Amino acid sequence: MKKSLTWQEYVITRLIKVSGYSAIVFVALIFFFLLREGLPTLGEVSLGDLFSIRWYPIEDYFGILPLLTGSLIVTVGAGLIAVPFGIGTAIYIAEIAPRWARNILKPLVELLGGLPSVVLGFLGILVLSPILRQWLDLPTGLTAFTGSLLLGGIAIPTVVSIAEDALDAVPKAYRDAALALGATHWQTIWRVTLPAARSGVLTAVMLGVGRAIGETMTVMMVTGNAPVMALTPGSLFSPVRTMTATIAAEMGEVANGSVHYHVLFFIGMVLFLISLGVNVAASTVVFRQKKRAERILS
Amino acid sequence: MNKIAIEDLNLQYADGTESLNGINLEVPANAITVLFGPAGGGKSSLLRCINRLNDLAEVKKMTGRILLDGGNILDQKTDVIALRRKVGMVFARPVVLPMSIRQNLTYGLELAGEKHKSRLDEAVERSLKQAALWEEVHDRLDEAAIALSGGQQQRLCLARVLALRPEVILLDEPTSGLDPISTGKVEASLQELKKNYTVILVPHSVQQAARTADHAAFFLQGKLVEYAPGTEIFTNPQDQRTEDYVTGRFG
Amino acid sequence: MKRFFTSNRDLTQRLGFSLLTLMTLLTVIPIIGVVIYILVQGAPAISWEFITGFPRSGMRAGGILPAIIGTFYLTLGTAIFSVPLGVAAAVYLSEYAPENRLTRLIRLAIINLAGIPSVVYGLFGLGLFVLFLKFGTSVLSASLTLSIMTLPVIISTAEEALRAVPQSFRTVSISLGATRWQTIRRIVLPQALPGILTGVILGLERAAGETAPILFTGAAFFLPRLPNSPFDATMALPYHLFVISTQVPEMPIQIQYGTALVLLTFVLGMNLIATYVRSRARAKRQW
Repeated sequence: MKKSLTWQEYVITRLIKVSGYSAIVFVALIFFFLLREGLPTLGEVSLGDLFSIRWYPIEDYFGILPLLTGSLIVTVGAGLIAVPFGIGTAIYIAEIAPRWARNILKPLVELLGGLPSVVLGFLGILVLSPILRQWLDLPTGLTAFTGSLLLGGIAIPTVVSIAEDALDAVPKAYRDAALALGATHWQTIWRVTLPAARSGVLTAVMLGVGRAIGETMTVMMVTGNAPVMALTPGSLFSPVRTMTATIAAEMGEVANGSVHYHVLFFIGMVLFLISLGVNVAASTVVFRQKKRAERILS
Repeated sequence: MNKIAIEDLNLQYADGTESLNGINLEVPANAITVLFGPAGGGKSSLLRCINRLNDLAEVKKMTGRILLDGGNILDQKTDVIALRRKVGMVFARPVVLPMSIRQNLTYGLELAGEKHKSRLDEAVERSLKQAALWEEVHDRLDEAAIALSGGQQQRLCLARVLALRPEVILLDEPTSGLDPISTGKVEASLQELKKNYTVILVPHSVQQAARTADHAAFFLQGKLVEYAPGTEIFTNPQDQRTEDYVTGRFG
Repeated sequence: MKRFFTSNRDLTQRLGFSLLTLMTLLTVIPIIGVVIYILVQGAPAISWEFITGFPRSGMRAGGILPAIIGTFYLTLGTAIFSVPLGVAAAVYLSEYAPENRLTRLIRLAIINLAGIPSVVYGLFGLGLFVLFLKFGTSVLSASLTLSIMTLPVIISTAEEALRAVPQSFRTVSISLGATRWQTIRRIVLPQALPGILTGVILGLERAAGETAPILFTGAAFFLPRLPNSPFDATMALPYHLFVISTQVPEMPIQIQYGTALVLLTFVLGMNLIATYVRSRARAKRQW
């Protein structure tokens, strides 16, 4: 009996270990399949054509620059909303809100994170875009700006929860020391707590922006789907087309193995690499901070 | 008769904290051996070597031998699980497992494969009596153990070890968080227990060391300074450092 | 002079706090607004027929049963794959993993999985499950795709729950002759269960509401029946909402809001359950 127990334990331990490594396997698999289906693009479309300003697959124009700029402008817009509001809310929740308010606000922000993006896109079409069209006197309410507003909302929970964690992790002694020196609560937040949490806040910003770049359904539904170059601030108020929306909108209609199919995977590869870059950068910030803390403590 | 013989034991942790240097110590059976000295001297580390609990810590280097009934327990081939059943341990803070009083007591036995209810019940009653807790809890064995007072919890921890019928009992400052009355009860139990068990105690004060020790070893910065019968070391210490500590000049 | 400074500082503080409060309100009020608005607009559409009927007249009438059941199947399928794998991975990270380079790589991989855009998961699912493994556009392919997407949420919340179990329980258990796995199974996992459950529900909540990963892996535009096997495609609430709000002309607005309400109820219901589990566990906890 003793023997069978150790045998059982051996198997279970093995299984657990293998599961532990699964995340690495999946990231590698995802990258592999994106490469496998995306890389043939480079043999089929010349780099000059790929990085041109015309996306019109029906006539074999596969310039991804309009999609890149589309993603860029919507994401920048979303960042301009999510960063201040996200950090502001995080500071309010972590530093100012009384306990009861905190207990309401935290689940509420989590709730926002749980709202399906298709629901927000749906409301964007039916409610937000008519309002914006009227207020801003635009020919259509389906613009990059509409997308930015909603995407900002979608990115806020990410920013809030990570930034709030970071603020929460600042030792209470720092705050007590600042207050004891006669600083006001506001000065303490601004000059002590926030700077002490800055790497966490930076991570929050990066991951929030990363979330915005990758968002698909909402932007597909509300940004008007026009693959045109968006270079001027004015194009914020005209229709654009993001990389994610392009994949989602067109993948269903292409023949497997066609050039168009490969290009869509190529765009997916670009998105994957962007998110990889953002996340690696964000986590090195965290690691570095940890190392510094370890050095100080030891 | 020596139950345990420690031979030239060296220990260094990976994080550079507390370590042991060249420890030689013989622990007699059926007696209370006390390991005392200022904090960080290596007492707890030594205890954790004797039931191989140090396996959980990141040990950088460990050499020497610990013989239990003549067999080296530091040997790679030692059955650690069987060893830990034979060498029980009570920790400084009472840690009751998040279950009922009864389940706390039967936990170790069930892990060992004991399924007979009658034998489990017998072990519960016997161990609680040995730890002087039976009177207080026998009518509420199925209530959550966390509801007990601190002193009761620590005696439950002792009973939990006794339920396994160990041969050696290690106690790491078992009364440090307890009131004087509970401390008295635990110490009285120990005097009773040493008749059948080998007891190694890290006391939480010199006074406790003096009250309980049959033999006492004074540890300072990872070294064994002096080892003698309790009647001698506290009244007539041979080493100046021992004397300074015992008389309260430091520590 | 001194008084002047003090009041100036107070003024700054008051202004600053007001600004932050305002920002918080501007963040929070729209959330409540969205939920209430959909509730009010969608409620009239809800009827027995709407919940239990099949779509009729090109989805412009009738019910949304196939979409509800489809989302239920997808969520279940996601749970079957992601929960055991995710919890086991969390156990590995919390209980076994040494602090070395490989473990850091695992953590980095988890962070990356969490950050990969949902539509890229869709591409991956298409490439691996639908085409390479030949599962076709099916409940199986979509569930597997959603599982991998959900994995990082489950791993990180479950690991947090496992780590919250006091180390002393493990030490005591080991000292009583338990093996590492016995300790995990008898002490650590039961104690961490509520936290793990919360994480699982939150992860599945996200999977239930996702559209992009199932677009090309398992979602059907219109299917007037329920899927018969894991190899059938299925309708799903989020995709259905997308379809009827963008692809079907002259769609009655009430049905759109009704569908949004059902989806929101599904998702927020899970969120409420998770919150309930968490708060009850906190109240009952013995450490």
